[in-house]
Amino acid sequence: MSTHNVNPNGDEHAVVPHGEHAVVPADPIADPGLHHDELRLTDVDDKAERRAERQVAGMFTLASLLTVAFIVFYVVVGIHPDNPENGVNIGDVQVSNLTLGLTLGLALFLLGAGAVQWARSLMTSPEVVHQRHELRSDDETRAATIADFDTGTEETGFGRRKLIRNSLLGALALLPLPAVIMLRDLGPNTGGTPAQRKEHTIWAEGVRVLTDVTFMPIRAADLEIGQLVNAMPATFEALPEHGPERINERAKSPVMLVRMLPEDIHVEPGRENWGVDGILAYSKICTHVGCPISLYEQTTHHMLCPCHQSTFDLSDNGKVIFGPAARSLPQLPIAVDSEGYLIAQSDFTEPVGPSYWERTR
Amino acid sequence: MSAIVNSAGKVVDFVDQRITASNWLKRNIRKVFPDHWSFLLGEIALFSFIMILLSGVFLTLWFKPTMAHVVYEGAYLPMRGVGMSEAYSSTLEISFEVRGGLLMRQVHHWGALIFVAAMSAHMLRVFFTGAFRKPREINWLIGVVLLVLAVAAGFTGYSLPDDLLSGTGLRIIEGGMLAIPIVGTYMSSFLFGGEYPGDDIIARLYPVHILLVPGLIIALVTAHLMILWYQKHTHWGGPGKTNNNVAGAPFFPIYVAKAGGFQFIVMGVIVLLAATIQINPVWLWGPYDPSVVSAGTQPDWYVGFLDGALRVMPAWEFYIFDHPVSMSVLIPAILLPGIILTPLALYPWLEQKATGDTREHHLLDRPRNVPVRTGIGVAFIVFYVLLWIAGGNDFFATILEIPVNWITWFIRIGIFVLPPLAFIMTKRICMGLQRRDRDKVMHGRETGIVMVSPDGEFSELHAPLSQAQAYQLTWHERQLPSDPGPATDANGIPNPNYRAKRAQARLSRFYFGDVVQKPTVQELEAAHHDGHGGSDSARDELPSGQQ
Repeated sequence: MSTHNVNPNGDEHAVVPHGEHAVVPADPIADPGLHHDELRLTDVDDKAERRAERQVAGMFTLASLLTVAFIVFYVVVGIHPDNPENGVNIGDVQVSNLTLGLTLGLALFLLGAGAVQWARSLMTSPEVVHQRHELRSDDETRAATIADFDTGTEETGFGRRKLIRNSLLGALALLPLPAVIMLRDLGPNTGGTPAQRKEHTIWAEGVRVLTDVTFMPIRAADLEIGQLVNAMPATFEALPEHGPERINERAKSPVMLVRMLPEDIHVEPGRENWGVDGILAYSKICTHVGCPISLYEQTTHHMLCPCHQSTFDLSDNGKVIFGPAARSLPQLPIAVDSEGYLIAQSDFTEPVGPSYWERTR
Repeated sequence: MSAIVNSAGKVVDFVDQRITASNWLKRNIRKVFPDHWSFLLGEIALFSFIMILLSGVFLTLWFKPTMAHVVYEGAYLPMRGVGMSEAYSSTLEISFEVRGGLLMRQVHHWGALIFVAAMSAHMLRVFFTGAFRKPREINWLIGVVLLVLAVAAGFTGYSLPDDLLSGTGLRIIEGGMLAIPIVGTYMSSFLFGGEYPGDDIIARLYPVHILLVPGLIIALVTAHLMILWYQKHTHWGGPGKTNNNVAGAPFFPIYVAKAGGFQFIVMGVIVLLAATIQINPVWLWGPYDPSVVSAGTQPDWYVGFLDGALRVMPAWEFYIFDHPVSMSVLIPAILLPGIILTPLALYPWLEQKATGDTREHHLLDRPRNVPVRTGIGVAFIVFYVLLWIAGGNDFFATILEIPVNWITWFIRIGIFVLPPLAFIMTKRICMGLQRRDRDKVMHGRETGIVMVSPDGEFSELHAPLSQAQAYQLTWHERQLPSDPGPATDANGIPNPNYRAKRAQARLSRFYFGDVVQKPTVQELEAAHHDGHGGSDSARDELPSGQQ
């Protein structure tokens, strides 16, 4: 099969003028035929050959040593603390990671480099040329295949027996349905449609506004002008530790309390009583795709979402002033209870978070 | 040595007596594999995938794919007493209580980044050299599907540790899903088992990540390699290397040694990266809390372009019968991947339509010799990189010390202006390189030696190319635009197919109209006798067609 001498004319790939293509002029330079690789230094110089042999064997030996070293480091460099009370020492973990990784990585690398060097400098295989063959089967084979297929179809009578064919196709077409329908219970069966579940949070009339993390009630006087406080509803604390409810509310109910100079605030009609002495509460969930918003610029009252840089003006009803979000941040109407703590007047008046189809205007 | 041969012989004998293996081996053991650095890119993808499989199996031995709530009592002190999911707590366990666990986590993550990067580079190589042309369209298509699967594998894996970043990634996926009209809320509800984030998603992503997607990848990689094996690899043209043969090293032993060695080199480099460069230290981010996000965090690189598109898309939402349609999410998150993938998958057929070329191609194109295709490729790269920059607009704003909004606006405009510009520039550069090749073939290589004639005329001496060198620059096909033929035949009868042919000819002219052609035999003859420095070419003394 292998041959070194290819067609000396070498122009067998020249474009055959075909179909609608214009007539193509012949190639200017004839194919001089396969160029033989020059001999390597290792082919002619015994010393070089022995040196290459030593290099390859050296790399393989080093790889063995490094593999042994890996095992040694695995045993010697511990990460488990003597006293479990103390916890792990990050430094130990990093030393373990580094020593194990360097020994294993270098062992693998040297094994590979040795093999490549062996192939490049010592293996003696010449350049081989194989002919390609057209991939298409010859006409005879194609005709025979089609004839076989026709025979088979004829034998089943698939074309003639329309009743069998159609009832079979009907049955096969229905078969995927159970597979699809069985996925129904991936979603819950109670609690209304997915959209209905999105409409409410656990905020409600009289629910106290608590600081996030510490869950302390907040008095209006606790907030200074320019300050921003992340807050949660008091009803959140009562949610069970286990189960999805708590984390789901964590994704829906967080608000940001901000206090501004009352004269800086531009209030939309209908929202005159939603704040307390310049304190406003906005949903923390971005109306773009739902990231929690977190970068507040005190002087401009701008609130930036770190995910996609939607920017909202908290002094102007949470309106979008830059970025991909298309809707204002929902505002939570707040008031003060008899003990002077901030409470919600009601739930949000619109669903929080990203837009969805059922969310009417 | 003979002992090895003997025992190998015994194995071959055993197998051969049962499945006639020798017949197949005889034809394949010395199969030719051509050599070129660019052919290694696909191998890097394959070998990093093997590394991902190995490290992934190791990780499954400890990882607990559940969102059950636990209070952490493990070895990592800063998290003790913190409520978290078992997924996150078992990730901490792998990192801090399993020796080599952190290394394998980092190998897995580095491997994934390299896997997708190598696939992308491999795909660009195949595109720019025209290796997707007939008969390799099926493998191109399999490659596109593999790329999508790899990104799916990467994204599902990114979500599993249930740390702050992985949860934020899922939240953005949920937001994208909600934007889909009519069914959006239902899709999200089925995926998350109710409201976001619920406590099902990790358990549901896990089988997708460790079984479904890798199973499909293994199946498709197998098909990809079998087709490659059957069709034989493409090769570069050159002396003795034609469309009808394949020249290179035999599979056994050269290719086995080189590729086998390269496998260990790729694995070694991944492990060294994992040993020395920390990646995604999830213990610093903390468990997922939907109300917290850390600024300046980035997704894995291959998701960056989608995140970038989400960032630079201007706000746009309208209502159909009181139902909101969020184009600012739909376009970048749902439509954009389709807009990119559809032409990518169909490109071999699109180009076939334009060029009218349905022959088998086994010789690769030098990118310069197909300026339009190369231009399209570079325009796409520019488009992609712009979105990628957009994905890091906050990062670039910080290092360039400019407002992030400027970068957003730069991308918004640049995404429409720069790719066409890149197309035109690339096409011109390719044509310039073609022209240089043509000049070299016709007049030889510039020597830098300037001669003064007795008349005082300065000229530069050109050294002729050897036949092999000249052939190296002219082996490619002469590609001419197709000719629609006359609208009516000799008898004045209109050709019913003329309009279709004219449209095809226009596309063909778009592809090949501006190609700088290699010289014809006559042009070459003329060049040798026009009194240039290199005119007394050695080539003239060569017997024609021989050296």
